[in-house]
Amino acid sequence: MISLSEYLIVSALLFSISIAGIFLNRKNVLLLLMCIELMLLAVNLNFVAFSHYLNDLQGQIFVFFILTVAAAEAAIGLAILVVVFRTRRTINVDELKDLKG
Amino acid sequence: MSVEKILFYIFSAILLSAAVLIVTRKNPVHSVLWLVVAFFNAAILWMMLEAEFLSIVLVLVYVGAVMVLFLFVVMMLDINITELRAGFVRNLPVAVLVAAVMMAEILLVVGSSHFGLDKVAAPVRHGADYNNTAELGFALFTDHLYAFEIAAVILLVGIIAAISLTLRKRPETKYQDPSKQISVKSADRLKMVKMDGED
Repeated sequence: MISLSEYLIVSALLFSISIAGIFLNRKNVLLLLMCIELMLLAVNLNFVAFSHYLNDLQGQIFVFFILTVAAAEAAIGLAILVVVFRTRRTINVDELKDLKG
Repeated sequence: MSVEKILFYIFSAILLSAAVLIVTRKNPVHSVLWLVVAFFNAAILWMMLEAEFLSIVLVLVYVGAVMVLFLFVVMMLDINITELRAGFVRNLPVAVLVAAVMMAEILLVVGSSHFGLDKVAAPVRHGADYNNTAELGFALFTDHLYAFEIAAVILLVGIIAAISLTLRKRPETKYQDPSKQISVKSADRLKMVKMDGED
């Protein structure tokens, strides 16, 4: 039988890989968005695993809402990316410093 | 080792290696394609966890819609890959260090000493008459109706924001203005001219 901790370890590995991805590709906004999607996937895997092992449907409902919000976030994030590329001709994070943040 | 466990290890291995490939590929198009592989394998893992509805939703919505959106954007933007890859090797030690530290910390918590089979027993599989979609729909439309409607509004906001951000008027392109077309009067278009007849 597969134990809960094995699912949690897979999800933890996935989360760590995407954290490393954020460090590695920190100049490319596109890759950053993809790493965020991957992190959300790891979190969702945790929720689904707990929902199954604790026999509680609430976890799956939470995943449903996370998926909804993540889809909206991806759409708006990519729209912002397209607008930034149109005005700046680049998506390099280092050159996006107009707001002096 | 049971068949289920072998399948779990195969799909987890594909999922994790796809994740590694996503963050290391040079070409963003390849990254998106590996992300599709990762989502697909995650959907299979969810299927093994008896979350059938969410598993299908992940394939339909994520692989079918969000990843296609990513692919469109990656291919539309003419980005300079070498410039964006600068610092990849320099950041590698820090990235590996942070990931390893986080990994070790999480493993201390989720290891089999806390969540092993002796602590959390594997649940009894549902019978063939169990309908995950119906159960989820029942919970969603009764206890979580308010949250469900908020989610619908969030999607609407997402649609409107994405369209209004990317919509642009180009002065050189000719547009029809329906409101002007409707409010036009025949007097504006047609001019009656009185002329003397020719002999």
